Amino acid sequence: MTPTSEAELAELISAATTPFAIRGGGTRVLNADDGPILDTTGMSGISLYEPGALTVVAGSGTPVQEIANALKAENQRLAFEPPNLNDALGTSGESTIGGVAASNASGPRRIAVGACRDFMLGVRFVDGAGNIVKNGGRVMKNVTGYDLVKLMSSAHGTLGVLSEVSLKVLPNVEFQVSLRLADLSAQQAIDAMSSALGSPFEVSGAARDADGSVLLRFEGFEASVRYRAESLMKNLAAFGAIEQIEDQETCEALWSDIRDARAFAKGQGDLWRISVKPSDAPEFLEQVQPSKTLLDWGGGLIWAELPSGTDIRAKMTVAGHATLMRAGTDNFAKLGRFHPEPTPLAKISADLRARFDPKGLFNPGLMGDLS
Amino acid sequence: MEMPNPSDIVLSRKDELVARLLAVLPEDAVIHEESETRAYECDALTAYKCPPLLAVLPRSTEEVSGVLRICHEMNVPVVPRGSGTSLAGGALPTSDCVILGIARMNDVLETDYANRIIRVQTGRTNLSVSGAVEENDFFYAPDPSSQLACAIAGNIAMNSGGAHCLKYGVTTNNLMGVKMVMMDGEIVEIGGAHLDSSGLDLLGVICGSEGQLGVVTEATLRILHKPEGARPALVGFDSNEVAGACVSDIIKAGVLPVAIEFMDRRVIEVVENYAQAGYPLCEALLIIEVEGSDAEIDAQLALIREIASKHNPVEFREARDGDEAARIWLGRKSAFGAMGQINDYMCLDGTIPVSALPMVLRRIGEISEEFGLDVGNVFHAGDGNMHPLILFDANKDGDLETCEAMGAEILKLCVEAGGCLTGEHGVGIEKRDLMHVQYDPADLAAQMAIKDVFDPKWLLNPAKVFPLDASDSRRAVSTAAE
Repeated sequence: MTPTSEAELAELISAATTPFAIRGGGTRVLNADDGPILDTTGMSGISLYEPGALTVVAGSGTPVQEIANALKAENQRLAFEPPNLNDALGTSGESTIGGVAASNASGPRRIAVGACRDFMLGVRFVDGAGNIVKNGGRVMKNVTGYDLVKLMSSAHGTLGVLSEVSLKVLPNVEFQVSLRLADLSAQQAIDAMSSALGSPFEVSGAARDADGSVLLRFEGFEASVRYRAESLMKNLAAFGAIEQIEDQETCEALWSDIRDARAFAKGQGDLWRISVKPSDAPEFLEQVQPSKTLLDWGGGLIWAELPSGTDIRAKMTVAGHATLMRAGTDNFAKLGRFHPEPTPLAKISADLRARFDPKGLFNPGLMGDLS
Repeated sequence: MEMPNPSDIVLSRKDELVARLLAVLPEDAVIHEESETRAYECDALTAYKCPPLLAVLPRSTEEVSGVLRICHEMNVPVVPRGSGTSLAGGALPTSDCVILGIARMNDVLETDYANRIIRVQTGRTNLSVSGAVEENDFFYAPDPSSQLACAIAGNIAMNSGGAHCLKYGVTTNNLMGVKMVMMDGEIVEIGGAHLDSSGLDLLGVICGSEGQLGVVTEATLRILHKPEGARPALVGFDSNEVAGACVSDIIKAGVLPVAIEFMDRRVIEVVENYAQAGYPLCEALLIIEVEGSDAEIDAQLALIREIASKHNPVEFREARDGDEAARIWLGRKSAFGAMGQINDYMCLDGTIPVSALPMVLRRIGEISEEFGLDVGNVFHAGDGNMHPLILFDANKDGDLETCEAMGAEILKLCVEAGGCLTGEHGVGIEKRDLMHVQYDPADLAAQMAIKDVFDPKWLLNPAKVFPLDASDSRRAVSTAAE
């Protein structure tokens, strides 16, 4: 089923009695037993783009690449860096803006400018009863009523099918520089990244790659970028030699590799994405002992590869949450994709789902405990 | 302003309620004498007043929980209150409600510079959060004008913004976790020192829910290192339209100032009279602030000057030092006070797409003539968050009503232009009955469904945000339970 308009989508959902698996570009593995595919790619196209207002509005099925191209022509960009996880997850397909929005998909710049959720200005969606609902709008400051946009940015389709998303965009940058600090332990890496992020020098990326090198990114006007990178190098002298990478294409490639977790391409075992307090990352790695790790967000985001079927959550003693990103069907079923929530929150979430999707149509097995 | 009729049953059980509350709170935390409850009769929207049945001032999350549990059992409406600075009537009581004031809970619980967070009790004022980390050169970014007085609890309830949110975002972009008490007394923790949610982003919907989903008693907030420096420039234009076009060009050019503030002639004249900031007497004035090292600031201001010069400004003044910077900000920061000196005013808060600024400013001028009330414009231009100030005389019969009708007209205009009713003040009671202008019944039903989940009896701040006729049947739940 591929509705080509919001009205068609609403009709289809009104009439439906059995569940769907909602799919945008098909870049993520869906649950096998969620029913027939409800494909959103028919609701595609940019309906409004105002560079002077930093705003773009597009159908949920619009390819992210189409939006990126339109923005590039005006020297703007989606600043939250939506990742393309095809290589890491072994999937194919082209990300849609609706898929990005429904999963709050955000890259390394999340620590500096915010996540996808922070750039979402408004949504239109169809709830499980077939009602067309809008929330937010297309302006940057809006506190009119409850913020359902945030709920939709985290619902993975379980509260409704997005038909349209409006986003804040930002100007492209003139220049970027990366610093590389080779061979740091997890603890050293966290210390270096915390020091960088706690400085006034506006670091827009802080990661430790799978080989143990810490990368720090600076973006903006060239003179400013150089000044900030050089100032920070002095602060970080105690961490050893620092390489300054100025080639623009090299920088671009370094950060797109981190964004897309490409170190895990063709990997064996399960791939997890864990959110913790940065200073807890070393302890977490010590507990879990992954075969391969990538730290992003100054250590607050951990990508970890483990032998198939390992229950990472059972070994986790620090606060945070672990999402299973790549696994065989059995492991998805056994371990669950999303971290179980504490009982009172799980109950609130289940109640919200029951209100928004009373017929249990949307990705029923994906999130939350259905029992 | 219509408010629901108070519940006779609740009014008749006041003594019992006081007795039960005194069992979970110390005596000085329960305020029930009529002479004392009057202190809570309104917030900063002073046109509407109603003393509450009583007020409580708990000192801990457990005490808040005790209060809510009792009120839940007795079907007593509860209106949470931070510092009472809401311009939208968010903390306006009803005569059958308990005001739950959070002001006594103002401790800093944890500062963590390595992870760049601070955890506070939410009665703490906005400015004193920054104050707690200032010695290490950190700050908390959202900076509403009332930051000296307003509480973090109220900031979270209204998702407050401020002049500098063009760069740093509003409250929801800087809030990482909360401890919250549900209406039935249950204490929940959402989010924390880690980023983003695993399941539904409940934190995102709690922020901005105007105290209708729960009472937030603790918050984990993101803190940032201060920039090395900041400096404003002042640019004067001979028309609003040109100033609006300049804002749009600056944003497009890739400079992202921390603030772009706008004042029109009406406000410039009043402010100049009041504060003698040395502003040029022109049609429109922008204050544009940039941050960074001296060299970065120079480079950004040079670019802004280049862009502005294409629009033939009547004046371009860069602050060369701290004194000049303070003078440039002086007028803007005294604008609301200065306007208050000459008249009573109502401050609106609609947001519009930046591209619509010239059209909307022109239309506001026309509406002002139509209604016969003067209006001044002073606002955050970078993000299109307007603050038209409608001047009226509270002592003149009918003036408040005319002012409200004119305000409604302007807010409808904001929605028609692609914007919204409120950018940072919240709906409260002030914009409650205009919600249908922006939202269809299905949109409002979806929002009310959230409240049904968090507060099934609709006891928390029940008569706010949603038009009374839309929420009628839901608010009847607790009455029916009696």
